[in-house]
Amino acid sequence: MNGTVKNGGSSFGVAQIILFISIAILVIVVAFPVLLIFFNAVWVEDHFEFANALKVLWEEEEIFQALINSLIIAGGTTVGSTIVGTFFAWLVTRTDLPYKSFMKSMFLVPFMLPSFIGALAWKMLLSPNAGFINRFFIENFGFDGPIFNIYTYYGISAVEVMYLFPFVFIQVCGALERMDPTLEESARISGAGLFTITRKITIPLVLPSILSGALLIMLYSMAHFGTVAVLGIENGIYNIPTLIYERIHQSGGSFASIRTGTILATVLVISAALIIWAQRKILGSGHYQIIGGKSFRPMELKLRGLRWPLLIFCFLYIGFTIILPTVVIFLVGGLSTYGLPFTPENLSLDNYKFILFEYQVTKDAIFNSVWLGFVAAIITMFAGVMISYVIVKMKVRGKGILEFLGMLPFSVPGSVIALGVILAWSGQFGINLYNTVWIILVAYIARYMAFSLKANSAALEQVHDSLVEAARSCGATMWQSLRDIVIPLVRPGMFAAFFLIFLPALRELTVSIMLYAPTTRTIGVAIYTLNEDGETVISAALAGIALILIVVGQTIINKMTKKAGE
Amino acid sequence: MASNSEYVRLVNVTKRFGDVTAVDNLSYNIGKGECFSMLGPSGCGKTTTLRMVAGFEDLSEGEVWVGDNLLSSPKKNHYLPPEKRNFGMVFQAFAVWPHLSVYENVAFPLRIRNIDPAEIDRRTTDALRATNLLKVKDGSPDFLSGGGKQRVALARALAINPDVMLLDEPLSSLDPHLREEMRFEIKDLQQKYGFSIIYVTHDQSEAMALSDRILVMKLGVVQQIDTPLNIYNHPANKFVFSFIGLSNFLQVGNDNGHAAIAGGSTIPKHWAIPDELKGEGVLSLASRPSEIDFVSADEPEAIKGVVTRKAYLGEIIDYQLKMGDQLMRIQKGRRDPGPEVGETAAVKLLRPFWYREND
Repeated sequence: MNGTVKNGGSSFGVAQIILFISIAILVIVVAFPVLLIFFNAVWVEDHFEFANALKVLWEEEEIFQALINSLIIAGGTTVGSTIVGTFFAWLVTRTDLPYKSFMKSMFLVPFMLPSFIGALAWKMLLSPNAGFINRFFIENFGFDGPIFNIYTYYGISAVEVMYLFPFVFIQVCGALERMDPTLEESARISGAGLFTITRKITIPLVLPSILSGALLIMLYSMAHFGTVAVLGIENGIYNIPTLIYERIHQSGGSFASIRTGTILATVLVISAALIIWAQRKILGSGHYQIIGGKSFRPMELKLRGLRWPLLIFCFLYIGFTIILPTVVIFLVGGLSTYGLPFTPENLSLDNYKFILFEYQVTKDAIFNSVWLGFVAAIITMFAGVMISYVIVKMKVRGKGILEFLGMLPFSVPGSVIALGVILAWSGQFGINLYNTVWIILVAYIARYMAFSLKANSAALEQVHDSLVEAARSCGATMWQSLRDIVIPLVRPGMFAAFFLIFLPALRELTVSIMLYAPTTRTIGVAIYTLNEDGETVISAALAGIALILIVVGQTIINKMTKKAGE
Repeated sequence: MASNSEYVRLVNVTKRFGDVTAVDNLSYNIGKGECFSMLGPSGCGKTTTLRMVAGFEDLSEGEVWVGDNLLSSPKKNHYLPPEKRNFGMVFQAFAVWPHLSVYENVAFPLRIRNIDPAEIDRRTTDALRATNLLKVKDGSPDFLSGGGKQRVALARALAINPDVMLLDEPLSSLDPHLREEMRFEIKDLQQKYGFSIIYVTHDQSEAMALSDRILVMKLGVVQQIDTPLNIYNHPANKFVFSFIGLSNFLQVGNDNGHAAIAGGSTIPKHWAIPDELKGEGVLSLASRPSEIDFVSADEPEAIKGVVTRKAYLGEIIDYQLKMGDQLMRIQKGRRDPGPEVGETAAVKLLRPFWYREND
């Protein structure tokens, strides 16, 4: 930010109005629900009870266990993803692995696959008694029991690693690609071999990126609902979000369950805030200027004899973690009854037709998800532009409040938002949206505001103040310079924000599962509940359709963003 | 034994990237303790050549030797990796490691060599002292200015006491006033330690100030190798003339020895056109703005033009003369009264050079 230019007197009123609207949006959508959670966590009947809130956490064994489980699963997932992500990032940027750019794009595929669909697939493959792989080994090789039980901490963490490691991968790839190659070359000319350089120069220099990606995964995994819901509950493993859901769902929204929920949600918000604080600290203190001027090709480690074995390893990894689960989903979706062998006479497209054209539940779900995703994306995109504009570009008093509020969406996990909107919009404050599709919309806007703020402020930071000043000096008013200069320049950012919201919203589960009513299921909810109800084949078929929607959507975006970049 | 004047030897070095020849059949020798600059516009192949010497690029053809050691030779399938070549190298973007202290940056090459710790400390401290960095040795180089960072890079390169120092545009990222200061610091260090320098730059004044000899390169081909003075006074061709110092080029029509500026004065007979160019129909007459005098109109060696601009640049006055439809720049000291804008002036070229128009 640069504070050298004072705001002109004429736009003072306008600036204040925009600031006020921006603050109002964030307060209503995010801050108010979160405050209600804090309040309910410590307010019992007519007085504050901080000690009681802590007692609930410590003394109710199931709740304490959920805290521990969240830590174990998030810890395992973070460590696993960091190792996997860093290794593959190094492999595709710093070695002479064949087909590197293709492999790089393959490692990004899990980004777009919803992890709870992956979890469903792994449940079909590795559930202890019925999983295809386990049964295969028991029947053919005389194993006494399953070779791997997916309903364990290991299983849950492994599945999360498969879908979350791209967070680290993409960060580390970016850092390695942008890093000035002469930093490594100067070590080389100093006499260091490639192994020493990797250990003493490369890894320490990209460590901030590795840690920042790791913390992102930690944040995500702590508050992650889907995988644990699909794989953990079966074996009594609850983490914080699944326990909140279970308590509220089973009691039909009783006061006691909501209170427990708010206490757990408070724990989530606090840990998220701590993680984000740590991430900023790391990026702030260790963000070395390692981006170089001249770009020669960076050194590549010659893998020599390991070249092809490592390529095969990569293919196996992708085959095992991406292709196998996807194929299983589509195959199971084609079965007439779950449990039948995959023979041509058992497989058909009937389930898919049924879902798309006959079954009201799934038809509603697809419609709801597309509609909700679209509307949420549009609203959040425009709100995000406005709020980012105030934060990044405007010099107006009271902006500090907005900057603080703008941080909130980043640190509020989905299940917390869901609980917050229940507290805020169930009629206690005059508006009752509960059991309608609107409450999901409000929650989506709150949940995805962070994406929009990020994309839009990044785009706005690229627009130098002097561009607007030049327009003003040519006689344009503030509105004209916004319309003719700023908006056209940030359009790519808005575009990105739209899709960053629309696609994840299509497959959203964590928020919707807490808010759905019989007619307001989303795709994610429908897949999850159908599976819970034992409608495995229908659920798998719907998951297959969701995957197709997501992949097609992503392909269109990639095409469009490529065109926009040209 | 290789002689002292042929310490670093490049023999028919060629580098191709696909169909593009970046460096074409380059050969030269550099003496022990010599400062040798490679000068040329960006993309001329000078950095690629340096990187081949350093070992970061393979050669397509040719050989690189230092003393009696062969470093690279694709024909003999010989390639010594950069870490075994024992060079000091300084890069344009500093390339100091932000996660290590200034001291550790400089000690790094010594630690790699598993030298006795007391010796490491002695040599590191020496290098830091030589570059005036002792005071900041415990801090991160991230907090130093550009000049400070480049000193760290220099100290790091000095620490191993190399025989050859490779400098890849080391001053281009610095402010102009720092550039001049560092230039002389490098020269002082060279005199103190006695290493050879291969210096890559696109800045001719830097090359002139530092070098014993300069190589001028264009599109991968050597144009001239000579001392700074000779390069300036006797440029081998039009490109070298234009690249070193300020220059004027006038297009001259030549009709069997009767030469005239298109639409302007006839060229005086005294400015002999070299024999090998006499047959050319169009020639290029080159001159330096500082090597032109105003003379009286009846002087036999004068050519005439109209003053179209007169600018005071402090110590000197910069004139622009229009001759026919061509322009010429003249620089004179501010104490000499010269013609005013709009007046017709007669000038004499003190050292005219002739080149083919399309050289």
